[in-house]
Amino acid sequence: MAKSFVSTTNPCRLCRPLGACLAFRGVEDSMVLLHGSQGCSTYMRRYISSHFREPVDIASSALSENQAVYGGAANLKQGIRNVVAKYSPAVLGVATTCLAETIGDDVRMAISELMEEEPALREITIVPVSTPSYNGGHMDGFNDACVAILENCAESGDQRGEINLFPGFVSPADLRYLKEVMASFGVAPMVLPDISDTLDGVIDGSLNRIPTGGARLADIRLAGSSAASIEFGQTFPESQSPALFLEKRFGVRAERLPLPIGIRYSDLFFESLERLTGRATSEIHRNERGRLVDAMVDAHKYLFGKRAVIYGDADFVIAMTSFLVDLGIQPVVCASGGGGADYLADLEALTSPLEETPALLARTDFDDIREHSREAAANLLIGSSKGNHIARELGIPLVRIGYPIHDRFGGQRILHAGYRGALNLLDLLTNTIIAREEAELGHGYSYM
Amino acid sequence: MSDIRLDVIAGRERHICRKAGAISKAGSFSETGAVSDVVAVSEARAPGITCDTDSVAGAVSQRACVFCGARVVINPIADALHLIHGPIGCSAYTWDIRGSLSSGPELHRLSFSTDLREYDVIFGGEKKLYAALTELIAKHSPKGAFVYSTCIVGIIGDDLKAVCSKVAEETGIPVIPVQSEGFRGNKNAGYKAACEALFRLIGDGGQAGRIKAPVPLSINILGDFNLAGELWIIRDYLDRMGISVVANISGDSRVEQVAMAHTAALNVVQCSGSMTHLAKMMKAHYGIPYIRVSYLGLEDMSGSLREIAAFFNDPKVIQQTERLIEEETAAVEPELEFYLERLKGKKAAVYVGGAFKAVSLIKSFRALGMQVAVVGSQTGKQKDYEEIRCESDGGTVIIDDANPLELAQLMESLGVDIFVGGVKERPVAYKLGVAFCDHNHERKKPLEGYTGMLNFAREVYSSIASPVWDWVPRPRLAEGSLNHG
Repeated sequence: MAKSFVSTTNPCRLCRPLGACLAFRGVEDSMVLLHGSQGCSTYMRRYISSHFREPVDIASSALSENQAVYGGAANLKQGIRNVVAKYSPAVLGVATTCLAETIGDDVRMAISELMEEEPALREITIVPVSTPSYNGGHMDGFNDACVAILENCAESGDQRGEINLFPGFVSPADLRYLKEVMASFGVAPMVLPDISDTLDGVIDGSLNRIPTGGARLADIRLAGSSAASIEFGQTFPESQSPALFLEKRFGVRAERLPLPIGIRYSDLFFESLERLTGRATSEIHRNERGRLVDAMVDAHKYLFGKRAVIYGDADFVIAMTSFLVDLGIQPVVCASGGGGADYLADLEALTSPLEETPALLARTDFDDIREHSREAAANLLIGSSKGNHIARELGIPLVRIGYPIHDRFGGQRILHAGYRGALNLLDLLTNTIIAREEAELGHGYSYM
Repeated sequence: MSDIRLDVIAGRERHICRKAGAISKAGSFSETGAVSDVVAVSEARAPGITCDTDSVAGAVSQRACVFCGARVVINPIADALHLIHGPIGCSAYTWDIRGSLSSGPELHRLSFSTDLREYDVIFGGEKKLYAALTELIAKHSPKGAFVYSTCIVGIIGDDLKAVCSKVAEETGIPVIPVQSEGFRGNKNAGYKAACEALFRLIGDGGQAGRIKAPVPLSINILGDFNLAGELWIIRDYLDRMGISVVANISGDSRVEQVAMAHTAALNVVQCSGSMTHLAKMMKAHYGIPYIRVSYLGLEDMSGSLREIAAFFNDPKVIQQTERLIEEETAAVEPELEFYLERLKGKKAAVYVGGAFKAVSLIKSFRALGMQVAVVGSQTGKQKDYEEIRCESDGGTVIIDDANPLELAQLMESLGVDIFVGGVKERPVAYKLGVAFCDHNHERKKPLEGYTGMLNFAREVYSSIASPVWDWVPRPRLAEGSLNHG
């Protein structure tokens, strides 16, 4: 076993406000302002932009020494005024950082004072969310922001037949696919957050101050009167669940599902849609499932018994582990920089039938993952680009999926979700393994 | 010359100015925004841009923070432990951020953090810092350690110095605190904090005193971070000139090497924004003179080598330097000629971290027959902007601490063909259909030296000449700039 350390080496999670920034980015006509020092917003912009290759504007209240000592409310107010003047957003997310939280600024009070001072600002929906970086990680901030948006915007109303989708943090390609699947059931869901266009946009020779796309405010308002919510991800607490928030406040039925990655969890998603809509899965998607199973059979000999390390966000790791188990790949390390008891329990349930029990790591860092990967004689890494140094050191291939992918191209367009996503992942995994074995043999294949 | 009208945030007006004189092929200037929001960028006959101030709240500044400034300057010391005392984000976002290469150990490519949690914020993080330092030093046996403080450490008041002294005593290696709380100013304050931390390492923190006989014909290279192996190119030149290098600060450097820096005869400072403070301290304390140089572009590269040679005034060195300049220039000129023919008349916008780099870029573009229409920096100071103004053509817009909205408006209204900056600016340029050259941390090919100039020309050409722009509608760009190729 790797030794347990007080310090963290090579973090496997990002900070809480970054998750909030991603979530606000999925709301139409929105901007986000971080209440903190200038560096936070610049770092996060770079971190997000390097993966999505889109402009990412995140404003900052740019606190300096004086405000750190005497309070940052005046800067926060000025920051809000300036962002509104130049970006004219309909929704403005205000997320805190560790600095603002530590000096104890009362963000809600500053905002309500500002509304008094500048009545014109009441036209804008300002959504404050508390995201201290010293508590939790980016997925906490992501979920916090989603719940805060609903808290501030969702209204009650006569129940309509609509369905909300809370997809969690998935790729723009996944979101486009999920909407397509739901459309095949006759459903046009309110998706929150919807980064499918805002973080994977088109080019038209001009720069939109706020990118096109995202969940429409009008639709978010109606979320409280939908018939049901589908929510992906089961490892976060009730207080961070948008679906449970709507169920509790407005009686909207919550269907909490694992991320629909791999075959068995995609089945759960389709079954849920069949149940909620009373319609059968369309032929298109039945055939995609059929082709997936066909490909699983075609590929099984290349994959069986391979020893994989999977790391990333807790729900992502659970879902990928399920797929590896179904493919006959032996997960040897399942690791997340987040994750708690539920995450570990889910992973244990998934892997307990296996001959070999993998190392299950929660709240870990990449140094720990590296140690465990070496001990377990892993021959495949699966996760973000941040494992690339482990791949180099251990001389094993890395299949780049999830977030972030900073050292390759097209991360925003990787499809993970559903039968189609599973097939994509299967091809990626299989070809990576074939290429490595071919390179090891050294004489090149003509046929497979 | 007509004014360019820009829609800027209140408080930003005086951070933008324009050099008097005609700009060739001036674009047509758009007028956008409400009248009260619009600033006319007019001719500035006297220098006087507002700069080196805190960023305006609500502006989307491209700047990072004090911590970032300190981190990027010191981090390339490859056999030191770089421990960030703070919450996880500061460590996550700066992990291997600069891509500084090392010819030996690579401890600097790991990102160590005390990962402060709520408990530590309430009860103080000193114990955790002590435990983290102790365990990491035991695990990695570094030759020294730097401990960077972050925003919340400055607020909760951990005594970094005391913890560092204690661990230094117990482990026998230098353990140096870096006072880099993010809110204590801008990146310049971080550079200063870095210089002060580095100074504590040199000559046993000043204990050594002045050296009577410095290493003959020797220099320290200050302000090169060995991105894409650039430092190795410069060291090769120096070697061929007959100059020895005591310490590279901080690209591909080692703790012991930095500690001996007081024995060099001359400090040669590139990236003057970050390292001049250290050079000044070393001059005051050790009597080592310094010169400012730049390795970007043929003109500045040759000028810098000649200046180093002139300092030592050694006939053999001077002769070898001239031979090197002749050989290297001859090796790259034919290919540069190819690019000059194809790039002349194109317009560039330059927005970089340090102002000194901007000056070299103006010259480099001029050498390619191109003109810089916009030039700016995150951290320039008054005298840097004066230098930029002197080097610029008439009509050039000069901008301090810009944000994406301003940069986009300038690109549109001046009709630039290529933007030079960092990865945050890249998608902004691309969305406007403007070519891009990465001149920041992420670059993978060296841009310094003679070969670097060739790489620069290749990169500029490969972006401007790409056929992809023909597929991008460019409705709002000024007339006359539609044909790239």
